[in-house]
Amino acid sequence: MFSILAKEIRSFLSSLIAIIVIIVFLVANGLFIWIFNETNILDAGYANIDPFFELAPIIFIFLISAITMRSFSEEKKTGTFEILSTKPITDLSIILGKYFAGLLIVLFSILPTFIYYYTIHKLSIPIGNIDTGAIWGSYLGLIFLSAGYVSIGLFSSVITDNQIVSFIVSMFLCFFFYSSFEYLSSFEIFKKTDFFIEWFGINFHYRNISRGVVDTRDVVYFLSLIVLFIWLTKIIFNSRKW
Amino acid sequence: MSIRVENLTKTYKSQHAIDHINFEIKSGEIVGFLGPNGAGKTTTMKILTCYIPPTSGSAWVNGLNVETDSIEVRKQIGYLPEHNPLYMDMYVKEYLMFAASVYQLNNKTQRVKEMIELTGLQIEQNKKIGQLSKGYRQRVGLAQAIIHNPKVLILDEPTSGLDPNQIVEIRNLIINIGKEKTVLLSTHIMQEVEAMCNRVMIVKNGKIVANGKPEELKHSFSPDNIVQVSFNHTLNAKQLSELNNLSEASLLADSTYIVKSKKGEDIIKSEIFNFAVKQELILTEMKLIESSLEDVFKNVTK
Repeated sequence: MFSILAKEIRSFLSSLIAIIVIIVFLVANGLFIWIFNETNILDAGYANIDPFFELAPIIFIFLISAITMRSFSEEKKTGTFEILSTKPITDLSIILGKYFAGLLIVLFSILPTFIYYYTIHKLSIPIGNIDTGAIWGSYLGLIFLSAGYVSIGLFSSVITDNQIVSFIVSMFLCFFFYSSFEYLSSFEIFKKTDFFIEWFGINFHYRNISRGVVDTRDVVYFLSLIVLFIWLTKIIFNSRKW
Repeated sequence: MSIRVENLTKTYKSQHAIDHINFEIKSGEIVGFLGPNGAGKTTTMKILTCYIPPTSGSAWVNGLNVETDSIEVRKQIGYLPEHNPLYMDMYVKEYLMFAASVYQLNNKTQRVKEMIELTGLQIEQNKKIGQLSKGYRQRVGLAQAIIHNPKVLILDEPTSGLDPNQIVEIRNLIINIGKEKTVLLSTHIMQEVEAMCNRVMIVKNGKIVANGKPEELKHSFSPDNIVQVSFNHTLNAKQLSELNNLSEASLLADSTYIVKSKKGEDIIKSEIFNFAVKQELILTEMKLIESSLEDVFKNVTK
């Protein structure tokens, strides 16, 4: 698994994908959170970084799809998939190697945003008057959310040998799991089951964790989402054997 | 027994890619796998390398079943797939280091260095694979296949698409590497098989139609020795029948004849020479025609 992980990280770095993703993520967030009038924290008056945690899931839909779109598609297209799957490594360690490589890049893009926390911490009056618990909870939620996105992206990559298709499918699935259940639940016909439907969406659990309360049910939800998509990826990975 | 295949069948939908084939390859043999495109060579190789499972039947590599001991089998096989897929944006050394780490080798750097020397990649070792010429890419493909010193090498058309000089280089490389290994290679070039292989298997429509040493196959295809002979003028009927008494002769072109006989080459030649002297003919040309593997191939795959 680690040889695959190392190889993936190297290819992210050498193809500049990782760097571009990190830069785009930080620039977009920086603009929205500190500069643009409508959304910036400085004018909002509250000592929190909620706008960041609202914006990041949307930006990640694009960026994580961009990170994962090539992971299997390219191997399939160039034929290196055959090289990889005839090496003495299990299918699962190939998938997990690629999964954790993607996740690591995402975590690296989140890491510099700790400076936002530090800034608000310093700006609040009195200094340090900030809901630290909620912010760490939000970070944890964001990490779970991106871990879910990466597994969705990986699945979208294994179903096709075309990177564009993979990118679009991944964006759609991420968006679908992120917020469509919430919209669905607001329909009149689902009145009685609205809570149950909303429960399927990522956003519901993300918001829960963001409050600073780490409920095992939310953690279990994210872990099952990840396991589900990795399991689906493994099934499709083996499709050549059908 | 290095490779053993029993009743191996692979069916895609209703089409039999390979159909109940059986063969064995002893360790140390270099076996050439021939056949028209779509005959089932690649499919067989893909099953042996655990890429795809057989529909029915079994295959063993060094006594390990390809389905149940898949990971172990993969450790013992070096595989160069058709079209030699490579990571074009990786550096040669980086790629070989990756291959070494996948095989969990202990002395990776040392091994990579050895492979670069063995495959003659020294000048190109700091380039990206995408920048290399086809011949050098083939060397990289070979290097990753042998980096873990496998007992069995499976090479799917290792020389396709190369220029004649590169073909000779890759061929020598394979002969060099294959000294202590079992090699199964597929190719369309007959001279290659004659130059490299101890044994030839010809497949057609998923079945093995010929299996044996190249000389044996050629011999069984045409057991007679064939001599082509030209005289200074066309023989008359009487002379021809006299020649026919010696051995079976037939007209090829004007004054050129094909003489077939079970007798040895020297005997036929001296008989023809004596015949010419007796008939006061002048021999302008006389040569032994060897039946080529190509003839065998064309014949069995027709």
